[in-house]
Amino acid sequence: MKIAIASGKGGTGKTTVAVSLALSLPQNQVHLLDCDVEAPNAHLFLNPTIQGREEVAILRPSVDETICDLCGRCAEVCQFNAIAVVGEKVVLFPELCHGCGGCKLACPLQAIEEVPHVIGVVEWGSVGEMAFAYGLLNPGEPMPPPIIRRLKAMAQGEKTVIIDVSPGTSCPVVESMRGSDYCLLVTEPTPFGLHDLKLAVEVARELNLPTGVVINRADIGGSGVERYCQEEGLSILMHIPFDRHIAEAYSEGIPLVEAFPDYMLQFRAIYKEMGKQVGP
Amino acid sequence: MRELVILSGKGGTGKTTVAASFAHLAERKVMVDADVDAANLELVLSPQMKEKHEFRGGKVAIVEPALCTACGRCAEVCRFQAVQEKEGEYLIDPIACEGCAVCHYECPVEAIRLEEPVSGHWFISETSYGPLVHAQLRPAQENSGKLVAIVKQTARQLALAQGCDLIIVDGPPGIGCPVIAATAGAHLALLVTEPTVAGVHDLERILSTTAHFGVPALVCINKYDLNPEVSQAIAEDCAARGLSLVGSIPFDKAVTEAMVQGRSVVSHSQGPASQEIERLWEETKRFLDR
Repeated sequence: MKIAIASGKGGTGKTTVAVSLALSLPQNQVHLLDCDVEAPNAHLFLNPTIQGREEVAILRPSVDETICDLCGRCAEVCQFNAIAVVGEKVVLFPELCHGCGGCKLACPLQAIEEVPHVIGVVEWGSVGEMAFAYGLLNPGEPMPPPIIRRLKAMAQGEKTVIIDVSPGTSCPVVESMRGSDYCLLVTEPTPFGLHDLKLAVEVARELNLPTGVVINRADIGGSGVERYCQEEGLSILMHIPFDRHIAEAYSEGIPLVEAFPDYMLQFRAIYKEMGKQVGP
Repeated sequence: MRELVILSGKGGTGKTTVAASFAHLAERKVMVDADVDAANLELVLSPQMKEKHEFRGGKVAIVEPALCTACGRCAEVCRFQAVQEKEGEYLIDPIACEGCAVCHYECPVEAIRLEEPVSGHWFISETSYGPLVHAQLRPAQENSGKLVAIVKQTARQLALAQGCDLIIVDGPPGIGCPVIAATAGAHLALLVTEPTVAGVHDLERILSTTAHFGVPALVCINKYDLNPEVSQAIAEDCAARGLSLVGSIPFDKAVTEAMVQGRSVVSHSQGPASQEIERLWEETKRFLDR
């Protein structure tokens, strides 16, 4: 089973839930992928032993000016305005390039070659018997999805794959959630939490994923989230109360289930429940 | 005209709490919500919408089954795993499609067309604190950076037209495309962090990002008293690197209470968080005026 842990709003406790769920299951049957490659945090709680590292690159065009006759076909086909003919020169805007390869295919003179441009890195290893991988987008690079795709390709399908997703609802989130069997949304019972939960639910529905909700800091805020889940038929799988001790353990990088081992039973129970909802 | 962008790297550290209070405290400014995925500033500023515009963020390829000869060229050239083959039929997953049009140009029988659907909206609204430019990208859509750029451009024009000399941008979490768009052209970034290992880690990432684009940054610690040792370490690190730590906001239940009531903290309470945010604004203003 592949479980994506998402939220819409940032800072609701995705990593807390992902790490705790991972630590509550039989360790040799878990693969945790931190797909929040902009701000990955799971490794801070798990201190994995890193066994491998690989750079992730996208292909960007490079124009051979001795062949190019400035016909402008590349600029015509590029949907991202990343290549243009200005006067007697082809000008590249690399930060706009999505690496689709369209310009190379379109060039009638084969004057375009592609060169890899590193946008970040993936690292993998283990936490005891648990398999672990995460990615890091280089600061200044705009596009996380290629790193997320690389991470997801590493998923050990025979295990329970737990995917820690970035906040928001756009490309990186969709890329991380796509192909999962279940979407576990972590929210807080505040107006911000509710507003962003609704958006995350729409993404999960767009992807046809069965969805459940964890309410974190469940006693701070109001009852809007509970009401919304009832109306929408979303199962609330777990409540985590606001507790200064939980917040303090979090601040030091101590996983919830390590500081409060009683929670393991609850995480095992929600794992079972998710399995039931996914079906055989 | 000056432009302040509020960022954090890590989500949920309190960007919008600070931005909403600045909306209350700052004069003659235009507010921008650049978190176009999950815009929350409107939940606090009670905007009256004046203008609504469609946003089309990119194209989507569609296969015309009557024309398709199932040659598979589209699947071969797509780098985004968007082409799916099912029993000899080729389909494009609109969610995975990047809109690059490579399949459209490569299809030998012109069976693939491109459409540019509405992928969100952007708004100009009036609030009791002045104009707010905000947006909503539809869930699971692309190109949030382009939408952020539109929203910011609109805010600049509005500020010029209304004689405002400040733009305050509530930024998105992360360090990727919408953050880069929110940072571009800003004069000053205020980075809101929290005293946790995750907060420290992500502060480092957003600092590298603002440095990459040459935008000077100030740091503020939210809920600093949740872990005074980590806060102290952040303060020392800032001092060592010549970064100004301009505020340390204490944990205060009034922050959540204010959010539940749809108000900014500074208009809701005179408590410790509120007082520190007022001081934070005065400090930030000093740097803006430089």
